Amino acid sequence: MGKPARTLLAKIWDQHVIAHIGDATDLLHVDRHLLHDLGGSRGLLDLKSRGLKVHDPHLTFATADHAISTARGRAGTSKVGQELLTALRAETGASGIRMFDVDQPGQGIVHVIGPELGLSLPGCLIVCGDSHTCTHGGLGALAFGIGSSEVTHVLATQALIQRRPRTMRVNFEGRLPLGVTAKDMILALIGQIGAAGGTGYAVEYAGSAIRELPIEGRLTICNLSIELGAKMGMVAPDEKTFEFLRPRPYAPQGDMWEHAVSAWRQLPSDVDAVFDKEVGIDVERIIPQVTWGISPEHVIGVDGRIPDPRKIDDPVRRAAIETALDYMGLKAGDPIAGTPVDWVFIGSCTNSRLSDLRAAAEVARGRKVAPGVRAWVVPGSEMVKREAVAEGLDRLFIDAGFEWREPGCSMCLAANGEIVAPGQRSVSTSNRNFVGRQGPRARTHLASPASAAAAAIMGVIADVRTMGR
Amino acid sequence: MPKPFTKLTAIAAPIMRSNIDTDVIIRIERLVGNSVRGTLGRWAFGSLRYLADGSEDPEFILNREPYRQAEILVTGPNFGCGSSREGAVWSLQEMGIRALIGSGFGDIFFANCFQNGILPIIIDEEIVDGLASEIEARQGAGLTTVDLKAQTITSPSGRQHSFDIDPRRRAGLLQGLDEVALTLQRDSEILTFQAADRVARPWIYLAGTSA
Repeated sequence: MGKPARTLLAKIWDQHVIAHIGDATDLLHVDRHLLHDLGGSRGLLDLKSRGLKVHDPHLTFATADHAISTARGRAGTSKVGQELLTALRAETGASGIRMFDVDQPGQGIVHVIGPELGLSLPGCLIVCGDSHTCTHGGLGALAFGIGSSEVTHVLATQALIQRRPRTMRVNFEGRLPLGVTAKDMILALIGQIGAAGGTGYAVEYAGSAIRELPIEGRLTICNLSIELGAKMGMVAPDEKTFEFLRPRPYAPQGDMWEHAVSAWRQLPSDVDAVFDKEVGIDVERIIPQVTWGISPEHVIGVDGRIPDPRKIDDPVRRAAIETALDYMGLKAGDPIAGTPVDWVFIGSCTNSRLSDLRAAAEVARGRKVAPGVRAWVVPGSEMVKREAVAEGLDRLFIDAGFEWREPGCSMCLAANGEIVAPGQRSVSTSNRNFVGRQGPRARTHLASPASAAAAAIMGVIADVRTMGR
Repeated sequence: MPKPFTKLTAIAAPIMRSNIDTDVIIRIERLVGNSVRGTLGRWAFGSLRYLADGSEDPEFILNREPYRQAEILVTGPNFGCGSSREGAVWSLQEMGIRALIGSGFGDIFFANCFQNGILPIIIDEEIVDGLASEIEARQGAGLTTVDLKAQTITSPSGRQHSFDIDPRRRAGLLQGLDEVALTLQRDSEILTFQAADRVARPWIYLAGTSA
């Protein structure tokens, strides 16, 4: 008899256990610790104030993304944003941590650069003081966001105490219809099982539609795991993963590459592995998704109507919908398509990679942004920016009336002062439509890059499938 | 190092809206900078607490007596979902909150609470709803007790419920343990792990030295 069947999660978890320290709780080794400008220097200064040193600086990497301006020349970075950047440079320098600084190849949104540099690898345990760290799970890594105290803990020990989560497998089956993207798949799942549907679970995304997805799509799917309530999301590594990683500067080289790949081939969940929960999604029934409310679970197909709270019996759910519609300035029963928009934001760790920009460009090519709409394209990294420029995407967007920006988080969380004005309506390729997320009283509709570009051109929320491309 | 948490008898305020995310608990611009701690209490729940002109919204529960003195929040489903910002916990702590009672919390927020000596209690939704209704019916009068040693909650009218908690986390709160100091005592185990792992997965350790 062989070993008992194990999941992808179990295999990676078991490989990282330094010590069992309690009921289902382990001290785990951290392979990659990523720091960013918002919390990186805070953690390093906290460590210093305790008289401690970084345990493994060569397993720690830093970049600036959250608080820097994305204007040309980084003009408009606030005083405190600049202080954070200066402090991150000083503290990483003093600790011997590699920092990818602004305007250097390698800089970008932390969850874009990890995969593109090959820092994030299958079977890796990756943490960062940012909830969207789950993104890196798209490469078959075990990756999750942590708080400031845990950042200090990892800096001091290169380890973290974690309770083993339950496991959920989501099987996306079928062929994706035209105009439907990875973003629509994951939004549809959140709509189906809710914003707390994954709480306490590590989610493995599987099925024929996931196997067909290019790596960048898998990163988008895993990115929104936290909007499902799951702090960990992952996809088993396969030939596509290896092909994606092989040319990356920090990926293993030569014999070491072969050695690593043979280990990575052992990672996928065993055929008879048992999950605590299984969910099935028929992707052929998914149409382009757009959110209407203040939680990612407030999502419908772009051909749908805004929910009517009067039709809801449960008083708590009814009140929640009323609150959301009031905040969003929407009328129950209206079609969501045709809702006028003021802003379009194409960017964020969800959807700012080259394939995302290409999808948006395909819709924008030869067209013009509607009068009265401001539309931004913020590439996810310096490398994405350079590749996009080499393809002429910057020109294409600028000719269509979009603004082409420097890499960073920008309007996804508005930590750098780049905000949607109060009461204005935005279609955004980011991950959160929370109250005030893109600025006080800003109204956010989440959608795919193609759908966001369609909204920019039409000036209203629009069905990209009707735009003839 | 967090302060120990043993037993708390205090005003409890129900905030029952579902999916209150950490952006709603504390806006990001309040957290930009390395010297924000100690300034956050007045900005907790800012978008719910203040009107557009900056004045207090008299409708919001934490702006009303006796809830203004609340040290316990009774929360709706999925409280603390979203961003990993530990500032959400800091801001609650700075406005005097020391315990939360709800049917479920965002995973990262939940972990962050323990790091700061705040007790988040997960208990059946019916019990949470019952507690919230009782407190609302009494207009906040009376005190709720959270006893971590006994693992019980006692409502103002004396209704008692027991709750489950991970024994390791319970011990950590009761003693106000510093996790970093504890793990540093295991440094030889960490180094032993790394020595073996360098042989098993050498590529993990090369990244910082190549390219």
